[in-house]
Amino acid sequence: MLKNFAQSETRYFYALIAFGLLIAAAGLGAAHFMEEHGHVVTGMNNQIVWGMPHVFAIFMIVSASGVLNVASIGSVFGKTPYKARAPLASLLSIAMLAGGLSVLMLDLGRPDRIIVAATNLNPTSIFAWNVLLYNGMFALAALYLWTMMEQRMNRWSKPVGFAVFGWRIILTTGTGLIFAFLVARQAYGSALLPPMFIVMSFAWGLAVFHVVQSAMYAWNGKTLNPAILKRMKNLLGIFVLATLYLVAAYHLSNLYFAKQTAFEHFILYDGGIYPYLFWGGYVVFGSLLPLLLIYLPSLTKTPASEKPGGVVAASLLVILGSFSLLYVFIIGGQAFPLSIFPGYEASSSFGDGQIASYTPSLPEILLGCGGLAIAFLITAIGVRVLDSLPHDVPDRRKHEAE
Amino acid sequence: MSDKVNLNRRQFLGKASAAIAGIAIAPGMLLFDFAHARPAGEAASSAVRWGMLIDTTQCDSGCNECVSACGKENGWPEAKSPTDVQWIRKVELKQVSTGRQTSLPMMCQHCAEPPCVDVCPTNASFKRADGIVLVDKHRCIGCRYCMMACPYKARSFVHEPVLDHNSDMPRGKGTVESCTLCVHRVDRGEQPACVEACAKAGHRAILFGDLNDPHSEIYLRIRSVASAQLRADLGLNPGISFVGL
Amino acid sequence: MNLLRAAVLLALLCMVNLTVAAVPMPKLDIGKGGQCVEDPKFMRKNHMKLIVHQRDETMRQGIRGGKYSLAECVNCHSSKVDNSVLGSSEHFCQECHEYAAVKIDCFECHSSKRKVIAEASK
Repeated sequence: MLKNFAQSETRYFYALIAFGLLIAAAGLGAAHFMEEHGHVVTGMNNQIVWGMPHVFAIFMIVSASGVLNVASIGSVFGKTPYKARAPLASLLSIAMLAGGLSVLMLDLGRPDRIIVAATNLNPTSIFAWNVLLYNGMFALAALYLWTMMEQRMNRWSKPVGFAVFGWRIILTTGTGLIFAFLVARQAYGSALLPPMFIVMSFAWGLAVFHVVQSAMYAWNGKTLNPAILKRMKNLLGIFVLATLYLVAAYHLSNLYFAKQTAFEHFILYDGGIYPYLFWGGYVVFGSLLPLLLIYLPSLTKTPASEKPGGVVAASLLVILGSFSLLYVFIIGGQAFPLSIFPGYEASSSFGDGQIASYTPSLPEILLGCGGLAIAFLITAIGVRVLDSLPHDVPDRRKHEAE
Repeated sequence: MSDKVNLNRRQFLGKASAAIAGIAIAPGMLLFDFAHARPAGEAASSAVRWGMLIDTTQCDSGCNECVSACGKENGWPEAKSPTDVQWIRKVELKQVSTGRQTSLPMMCQHCAEPPCVDVCPTNASFKRADGIVLVDKHRCIGCRYCMMACPYKARSFVHEPVLDHNSDMPRGKGTVESCTLCVHRVDRGEQPACVEACAKAGHRAILFGDLNDPHSEIYLRIRSVASAQLRADLGLNPGISFVGL
Repeated sequence: MNLLRAAVLLALLCMVNLTVAAVPMPKLDIGKGGQCVEDPKFMRKNHMKLIVHQRDETMRQGIRGGKYSLAECVNCHSSKVDNSVLGSSEHFCQECHEYAAVKIDCFECHSSKRKVIAEASK
């Protein structure tokens, strides 16, 4: 089986690229369809203004930042096993950022005005700052990749690594501030959001990295050093716990305020799909089940019991949980009516006082998947062309990896 | 008759007529100052701040004249679905603690500290010098961040191609829009369409004018009648205030 | 020998291009016609710059009555037949823009019809 695979490996690779191109084309087609006919062909409306494309895009952008964390643990915190993973992390980060930004830009009402967006920057707008931060991230990540791949530049990889680390903390803070700055809606406008986004980026980034790394190892017929697997697995567990903590803090403090109680009730209890996604999708499947998969084997104390498959499953579940959480946060946050007339019940032809309804449409989902496909294509072609498979030190120096 | 008596009678007649004129004019809700168009070539000035005072006690729950008038004036059709644009809408309110019901027209509040202007990445959403908050469609990229930021849900996104343009009010697919305080009419010295329609319907619930002009009806009335801005706690200082809330 | 071949090929190409390029200049339906705000040669080169500059003055500063008002251009140049500047290769704006292959963005938002008649048809 392995021999057959090795023989037709190139063919399998091209098939994979073709598949990615197909999905990317579908996404671009959907974007064209949306631009041609207007957003009326999507499920978004004047109540729910940001929909599925934004769920996909924010997942990709937050994960892109978090994926670089793997590299930062190497360069900034000096942990050797992570240093070897830095090139793959940088490449993956660039790929995901490109995918996420493509989705955001193609979802604009006037995507033909990107040049206007890039040349008229309002300094009070976090979106405008993000234009600078995201482009800077591309440049820095590419520079970082260069310092690692070009031997003569290797001595610069640590300072550039520091710069990358600092830049992406600011960038992820910027992503959280998009929502934190919105005083209008009860779901947002909280100072807790930037730190929450940073911790989410750690968790999701590591999960995505692990899935991609495992796929690469399986493709090349290699196995990951169990010691490194254990480290990454435990780290994922810590990040998932930290995210759970901040999400809990956000909801618990909201529940305390009488004026926020109705909103929390909606999200956590009687809001239809949102409580299901929150409790089922994020808490149980996206956090508790992965934690079980991560920690339970160690708890049963069987030697070499860390099943690689279990950790990949945990990572995939964390990603599922991230989509659920983002759906609840972004769309659920918009579905709850604005409090324009406190003390009054309101109704109107424009949805005042009513829970807004939203159904994801096919063009939106295709656009989101198209973004994922773009990230996939950049990663797949990148790892083919560049030497980014982590080169771990041989097993005889295992004690160093511990 | 002595001159002194004549003088007293004249003085009395003069003062009396002045008093009668004052009594006749003041309560007769003058909805506009003696309006004058801004001369061609002159920019809007921050010496003026356009605003409205809406009397919810005069607003009729079943009446939709302001909404129809705005749609006709600015070229947007009657809204039938959640993707349709609404620059102004009638809101029916019921006070939770007392059950008292009222209604009011709701549109862009033309804040002095507009959150929509703060968040717009391209400066498309901007506040003109005279207080009117507008969207510059030449720069709007349709990101909808202003719609997320507005606490009054004032803004709409144009989800479909616009087929019937009004040459006074350009609007197009893929951009965001909201009440412009009928800036094209105001610049000509006229009233916004909703104000005129409400007066024509006999309710006179909407009073429009220059909040900075000490002689304007709105300036005087807003200082004599209890009124409130919506969500005043947010510190946005809207140009629209409501009586009876 | 190679040089000769190259020269012959170049001459052939030039001849082909010259014949192909003999596309007739657009014959415009100028609408009301008469005196434009500027000279036609100047307008052909610069009308886009005038419109762009004017729009910021009108939109952001509220300066009305400018010389280069787009609405006034449309009022004058709309076809007398259907009161529009768009719709076919004979209409004023569309014809030259098709000839020059430059996409017009204005009429996504601005009315392409003469004002007075547009209101009467409502």
